[in-house]
Amino acid sequence: MKHLRTRLIALAAATACMTIAGAAFAEELSIMASGGAWQDAQRKAWFEPFAKETGAKILEQEYLGDLGKVKAMVETGNVPIDLVTVETATVLQGCDAGILERLDYAKIGPRDKFIEGSALDCGVGLDAYGDILAYDPTVLKEAPTSVLDLFDTKKFPGKRAMRKFPAQNLEWALMADGVAPADVYKVLATPEGVDRAFKKLDTIKKDIVWWDAGAQPAQLLASKEVVMTTAWNGRIQNAIDTDKKPFKIVWNNQILEYDMIAIPKGARNPELAYKYLAYISQPENNAKLASYITYGPVRTDAASFVAADALPKLPNAPDHLAGAYLVADTEFWGDYGEDLVKRFNAWLAQ
Amino acid sequence: MSALQPSELDRPTLARDRSAADADLKSVSAALRRAEFGDRMRSLLLATPLLVLLALSFGIPILLLLSRAVYDPTIADALPKTTVALAGWSGQGLPGDDAFAALAADLKDNQAKGTAYELAKSLNARLPGARSQVLKTVRKLESADGQAALEAMKSVPFWSAPSTWPTIRSGTNSLTSFYLLSALDLRWNAAGGIERVPPEQAIFIQVFLRTFFVAASVTLATLILGFPLAYLIANAPKGLAAILIVAVLLPFWTSILVRTAAWTVLLQKFGLANDFLLFIGVISDRLDLMYSRIGLIIAMTHIQLPFTLLPIYSVMRTIPPSQMKAAYSLGARPFTAFRRIYIPQVFPGVMAGCMLTFILCLGYYITPALIGGASDQLISNFIANYVNVELNWEMAAALSFILLVFTLALFGIFARVLGLDRLKLV
Repeated sequence: MKHLRTRLIALAAATACMTIAGAAFAEELSIMASGGAWQDAQRKAWFEPFAKETGAKILEQEYLGDLGKVKAMVETGNVPIDLVTVETATVLQGCDAGILERLDYAKIGPRDKFIEGSALDCGVGLDAYGDILAYDPTVLKEAPTSVLDLFDTKKFPGKRAMRKFPAQNLEWALMADGVAPADVYKVLATPEGVDRAFKKLDTIKKDIVWWDAGAQPAQLLASKEVVMTTAWNGRIQNAIDTDKKPFKIVWNNQILEYDMIAIPKGARNPELAYKYLAYISQPENNAKLASYITYGPVRTDAASFVAADALPKLPNAPDHLAGAYLVADTEFWGDYGEDLVKRFNAWLAQ
Repeated sequence: MSALQPSELDRPTLARDRSAADADLKSVSAALRRAEFGDRMRSLLLATPLLVLLALSFGIPILLLLSRAVYDPTIADALPKTTVALAGWSGQGLPGDDAFAALAADLKDNQAKGTAYELAKSLNARLPGARSQVLKTVRKLESADGQAALEAMKSVPFWSAPSTWPTIRSGTNSLTSFYLLSALDLRWNAAGGIERVPPEQAIFIQVFLRTFFVAASVTLATLILGFPLAYLIANAPKGLAAILIVAVLLPFWTSILVRTAAWTVLLQKFGLANDFLLFIGVISDRLDLMYSRIGLIIAMTHIQLPFTLLPIYSVMRTIPPSQMKAAYSLGARPFTAFRRIYIPQVFPGVMAGCMLTFILCLGYYITPALIGGASDQLISNFIANYVNVELNWEMAAALSFILLVFTLALFGIFARVLGLDRLKLV
């Protein structure tokens, strides 16, 4: 027993020495991302090559994407992470609340080379993903041609799954009600526009199954609980490629969004964090992620670096932007998000 | 034998004795009180480390967080000049140019200090849409001074909209009732009175009522299931009682998250519960048990059952079976004996168990999030959303405060009706 304890102490001491020695040689970069297939893809496309190139050691952490945790870290002054991946709306909130660093683009790359809306004050774009419609052609005899077919319960009867969140659903409701994509956010900024969107959602409310987590849409389709579902394109493509599901994606009227990465205030190693941001923002590196998950680059000059077999599956591939599409308006959701979430929850409960 | 009545003989003596005894008793009880006080002080001294720990790690943080519900100095700190300029404003129409100029100067200061974003967020919580207007104006003001700044302010229609200035003025008061009122679906109207928010925006009252309804349903269900089971365990032979109590306690020791996840496996559309019901022919179509109120109540009842059962069981164990037999032998029917002998004795245990379950249910978060549907989210889910997602900790504090007040009020009623000393927790 005593012998064992001595050995354990020796082992712990040795580990501590190694850690200290390791820290002396390799700089550490701590990245918190939202896990799953997306983090796996980032590891292969960016973490590992960056570590090899710079000799830095990357420490990965996972979280659910809620900034409350980061806010608590910043307020207590103990910030054990250098970079955090976030949604666009979350970048704005974090920026406003003063918990994310205002970025210096001179250290990252030319800001005008990013797709519009993907280079924000406190966050830089990682990739572009599409909010799309997915269905199972073995269940639906007639193929939907637009995401707006969600609202056509005559032609496509049965349950449809949608994200339990006002963003995207309100935009689609207005477009289905005849608002042109270019006017959607103008209309939605007025109380009448909000009423109109909810009224349109009312027409299919009893047919909606709500999803929360990104993995749910594919499951709901696979278990045949719904005949069609909104989803993030990468998740459905993953089900098609890896799980050999017969699903199909409808790109017409998709909504384009960006994943972002940010530096929390008080990060211990901001210089290395900037180095990482500069690294992944180089066009050839920015295009690499598409080889591991079907999310597109955010640099306008990165398209030519995308692997040939990955390109046709990306949300911002030329074919998929040929029909109607909408780019999510981050500023709008920064303004009205909290209010619309509250209204949406009140509407759900009615 | 002539029997002398003691009362005739001793009455005076007895009376004298009694008053003496009374005096003795008084001095004895005073001494006892003194001794007890000393004891209590000593035991309090022993508990001091615990009390200090509780105050530091529990009491003070809670108070600090709850104070955010009524104290929000962001706007007042950000707009000192505007606060002064608005002091003489009547509140009707638009304030004078001096207020516009003061706001422009304050906005420029905020931009220089890097606090414009915080101001924008705080105003936006009270006036949706204000965020981008503040940031837009700040950008316009960067190259404008004096008269040009004033014109820049006037060129943004937002600053001349009817609701903008009253919101700013109420915001310059650090002590605010805004969040507490919002948590009760109320708001100030233009005339300075309190009114309900429009029905399509009202949500929290409904969620509070839902929370209390779910808590009451679960409490009732655990009582109906737990009471007979507690009786069975208390009166079963030793071996069987041990097995039953382990069966109750085993899930009690399992993490709540694991038990909730297990219920999602059982309740889903193609899950075991539906399979079984279809098999025995009770239903012909699969039920939607997941994401529904009924599924939520089933899962919560299972998780809460030990909390209701254990206090009842511990009281039942102390009641000797001979009491009921005595009641029968005196002619009581079983039901009468149960009602008049048994129930009054187990009542404190029942109340303690029910109160424990009810109050714990008010704070449920994981189970409604995983098993409840969109219209089954309880107040904790909303509080968590404001803390984690919206980063509006003021609103979270206000909702928590209201929940705390309701809970304490219910606890007070309980204590009043029953008397706290009669509660038997375990």
